[in-house]
Amino acid sequence: MYWRPEKETMERGELEQLQLERLQATISRVYRNVPFYRKKFDEADVDPDGFRLLSELRKLPFTTKEDLRSSYPYGMFATPLREVVRLHASAGTTGTPTVVGYTKNDIKIWSHMVARILTAGGITHDDVIQIAFGYGLFTGGFGIHYGAELIGASVIPISSGDTARQVKIMQDFKTTALICTPSYALMLADAIDEMAINVNSLSLRCGFFGGKPWSEMMRQELQDRLKIIAIDNYGLSEVNGPGVAGECIERNGMHINEDHFLVEVVNPHTMEPVAPGEAGELVLTTLTKEAFPLIRFRTRDLTRLITEPCPCGRTFVKMSRVMGRTDDMLVIQGENVFPCHIGTVLADIRGAESCYQIIVNRTGALDDLTVAVEVAEAIISDERKQQELISLIKNGITAAVGISVTVKLLEKGSLGQTEGKAKTVLDLRKC
Amino acid sequence: MLVIKNIDVYYGKINAVKRASLHVRAGEIVALIGGNGAGKTTILNTISGLIRAASGSIRYDGQEVARLSPDLIVKMGISHVPEGRLVFKPMSVEDNLLLGSFSRFSFGKRKEIEGDRERIYEIFPILQERRRQAAGTLSGGEQQMLAIGRALMAKPKLLLLDEPSMGLAPFIIKEIFKHIVDLRNRYGLTVLLVEQNARNALRIADSGYVLETGRVVLQGPADDLLANKDVQRAYLGRDLDAEMAV
Repeated sequence: MYWRPEKETMERGELEQLQLERLQATISRVYRNVPFYRKKFDEADVDPDGFRLLSELRKLPFTTKEDLRSSYPYGMFATPLREVVRLHASAGTTGTPTVVGYTKNDIKIWSHMVARILTAGGITHDDVIQIAFGYGLFTGGFGIHYGAELIGASVIPISSGDTARQVKIMQDFKTTALICTPSYALMLADAIDEMAINVNSLSLRCGFFGGKPWSEMMRQELQDRLKIIAIDNYGLSEVNGPGVAGECIERNGMHINEDHFLVEVVNPHTMEPVAPGEAGELVLTTLTKEAFPLIRFRTRDLTRLITEPCPCGRTFVKMSRVMGRTDDMLVIQGENVFPCHIGTVLADIRGAESCYQIIVNRTGALDDLTVAVEVAEAIISDERKQQELISLIKNGITAAVGISVTVKLLEKGSLGQTEGKAKTVLDLRKC
Repeated sequence: MLVIKNIDVYYGKINAVKRASLHVRAGEIVALIGGNGAGKTTILNTISGLIRAASGSIRYDGQEVARLSPDLIVKMGISHVPEGRLVFKPMSVEDNLLLGSFSRFSFGKRKEIEGDRERIYEIFPILQERRRQAAGTLSGGEQQMLAIGRALMAKPKLLLLDEPSMGLAPFIIKEIFKHIVDLRNRYGLTVLLVEQNARNALRIADSGYVLETGRVVLQGPADDLLANKDVQRAYLGRDLDAEMAV
């Protein structure tokens, strides 16, 4: 089911021509209207009239979250404030928040992008959608709302919080689709159990979960407990909000709306593009944003691109689930290793608890990695179970990350991470 | 149908068009808008082969046409209605139309071509009324219709229309634009329309490109361009309010 089939199944050659045109127009506009970018381009000695190939995007400097913070509030807007019809801001957990603006067209395009990903996951105008994302300066609530309304579904703008009420509304209003963070969905599942409600009596059919990384195991749990299909989606307020990418019902990677965003995956240390299919930092360039265009924005999100054709027929490239932040990349024997990538692997292995520690050491010229994982009592006490689990974890990590590691199993609680004492990564090479 | 990538066009040392990229899909009406000297006519002249681009590619139905001569380009199915109409003033309306078929003319095809001319009269009945008159005696709107009819006589698949509304009264402009839409709807013609009258052009177009000093600065669905404040301010004749300092 497509929202706009002619866009979603566009032939790649046509898509690339469109991307080139939009990139060229964006660069011309941004150079003219945004002093921040004019300065950056001039400093990097970049001619805005260049860019005859999409790959020349690499000549441009990156934009970081710090850049956005230091232009608080309106320093990077490309249109006069009078034309901005909406303002959103990120939470600003670590310092100054970042502000994003939208013109009327930006809102229209945003709504269509969200409509696309909701439709890809099976939403139609017959659905009753409970949006348990915060409404307010946060882009999640309003973002999904406008897309859902465009489709013509019945939207319940309940926002977040008050779990008991959420469940009651779900029953009374006959919600068919739930939209929230994956952890909140689990809380709702818990509440449903506690309130002794039979899940089968609910009208829930599907759930769109995003905002935080979540594992395949968590998806299974949500699907089983809430009797829904659980769909991943990706967005970030600096670039838009929800609607940047979303899974189709194949649930094997999220299609990125490539007619509106140019996608790159780079090595966060060298900043060079990674090999096809390799994991790295997602970098996004907006192609159609009017009020707040961004060139090569570093999302700090770790992912990899999936270029195999999707059975759904969409020609947009897919990104894997976000595996975490790229801030903590390690270099082991010349290989890039992301601790959160290891965390993703562990999350999908039964028996491995969520507390783990990665210890990096060096003997002579060789780096080595030890992964210490907390496990339940039942496994510690059984020699054979230990060996099985160690094997499973070793193979899983090597397959995902490409290097071999030593695995140690520890008693639950021994890392002391819940008290906030132990770090996830101990790089002893620095000592 | 038409894919243009990175064309640069110079008039001597002046870079009139800078790495412009645009595309026209079959059956669409695409508007190219912008102020005086933005490079719109230059682009049309480059497509029809009257000027040669210094670099870049123009692909029509998959074939590279950037280096072809104009008559070959007409034979391939691209017809250009020039700025200012440029009808042959001393010649009659019917001769002007006949001349439009020059590229495909052969004595064996006479009957067919006369049939095509009858069809042009069906689309523009006023031309039939005035068919023996000298083209220079027609009104502005009638000359525009004649110029379009003449281009259609080459049986094009893609029509390049340069400023059809220029110098015409609003009522006539409306008629001309209705004809353009009709040509697309009924005859499947694809149209690349250059206009300074951005509002009219965007109203009938599917998508548009905004040119400024030789560069494409904006691209998108025609409705989005109509709603874009920059476009409104610069090309749709809105009041220039004082801009709030940001």
